[in-house]
Amino acid sequence: MTLLVDAFTILAVLAGLVFFIAGTTGLLRFPDTASRLHALTKADHLGLGLIVLGLLPRAAGIDGALRLLAIWGLVLLSSAAVGPMIARLARLRRPGE
Amino acid sequence: MIADLLLVAAMLIVALASMLARQAFTAVALFIAYGLLLTLAWVRLAAVDVAMTEAAIGAGLSGVLLLGAVRRLATQASPPPEQPPGPAMTLLIALGCAALAAALGAVVLLLPNPAPSLAAPVAANLPATDLGNPVTGVLMSFRALDTLLESAVVLLAVVCVWALTPEGGWGGVPGAAQPVQRDGPLALLARALPPLGIVIAMHILWVGADAPGGKFQAAAILAAMWLLPWMAGLVTPPPIAARWLRWTIAIGPVVFIAIGLAGAVIEGAFLAYPPGWAKPLILIIEFILTASIAVALALLVIGTPDTAQRR
Repeated sequence: MTLLVDAFTILAVLAGLVFFIAGTTGLLRFPDTASRLHALTKADHLGLGLIVLGLLPRAAGIDGALRLLAIWGLVLLSSAAVGPMIARLARLRRPGE
Repeated sequence: MIADLLLVAAMLIVALASMLARQAFTAVALFIAYGLLLTLAWVRLAAVDVAMTEAAIGAGLSGVLLLGAVRRLATQASPPPEQPPGPAMTLLIALGCAALAAALGAVVLLLPNPAPSLAAPVAANLPATDLGNPVTGVLMSFRALDTLLESAVVLLAVVCVWALTPEGGWGGVPGAAQPVQRDGPLALLARALPPLGIVIAMHILWVGADAPGGKFQAAAILAAMWLLPWMAGLVTPPPIAARWLRWTIAIGPVVFIAIGLAGAVIEGAFLAYPPGWAKPLILIIEFILTASIAVALALLVIGTPDTAQRR
């Protein structure tokens, strides 16, 4: 059982890291602000979500698990709000894009 | 180990990049990234209290203050270009910096092994304070004078910022008028986040007695929860002439000093708590200081009143 839980944690965290690497690559390589933001917020949402999911079985009790979920929720909320804000600013600066 | 070395390398690179950046905005962005890396380093050193303060004050609040300064600098006429220092001066600067670095390194390397530490006496005397978090014990009891001076410095900083008020603006509403955002992402954050943020701040303040947390971290979150609706144009700050506003930022240090003086009268030492009263007194000071520091930090970001009267 512990082996299964460990395997789940490792797989989920590794999958989360893949999204972070992909997001970072996108941030560095994508040509314009909107696609870069897209890559960044995907990494934030899915990468962190998968890492939180992987760590859930290891959380100390139900309140530890709830705290992990709350962290994910807050990052979702803030990056979902900050992404469009930066995109709007970028469009104001360079209307052509 | 490898992760720690990577972290140290990343910190050095980001710090260097921040120093060498040609544009003020880039330098500030890198400084914020440096603060977040430093936060990770404190977590790796198991100093979670320091990590939280670094993230909230060092990276977050200082970052916002510096970004505000960059924007102000951009709107002003650029200063006349400075003469680059001559070769003799360059050599002197290089020698001075190298000597300083060597002296700092020597101090670290010459520390006796094991390094002098007060951790054991703190652990031995912590039960006298009824606190579970040794950091709070040090900050609020064993070295309470340092914390008192820190809180007074925040108050002084607000006074200094207000002292820069341009002619005709004194006593008015501080900060530039923010465009009102009825909808959009910022308005959503400004409405959705404060209820959550206030609960989290209170939680961090309350657990500070027994776990990592405390007033500065809580106050930084509370200040952010005030600044969000302000940036969305949903709330107007009170005029700086408002008596209650001035009392709010002063009451924390005042209560701290009053309790310290009471200790001098009753127990014979400034900031000494009577036996059995340590924890309740510390909680009273922490709660009132949180309110004062939160308002003061927000006012530091909001800035000075405009010349245009908006009383």
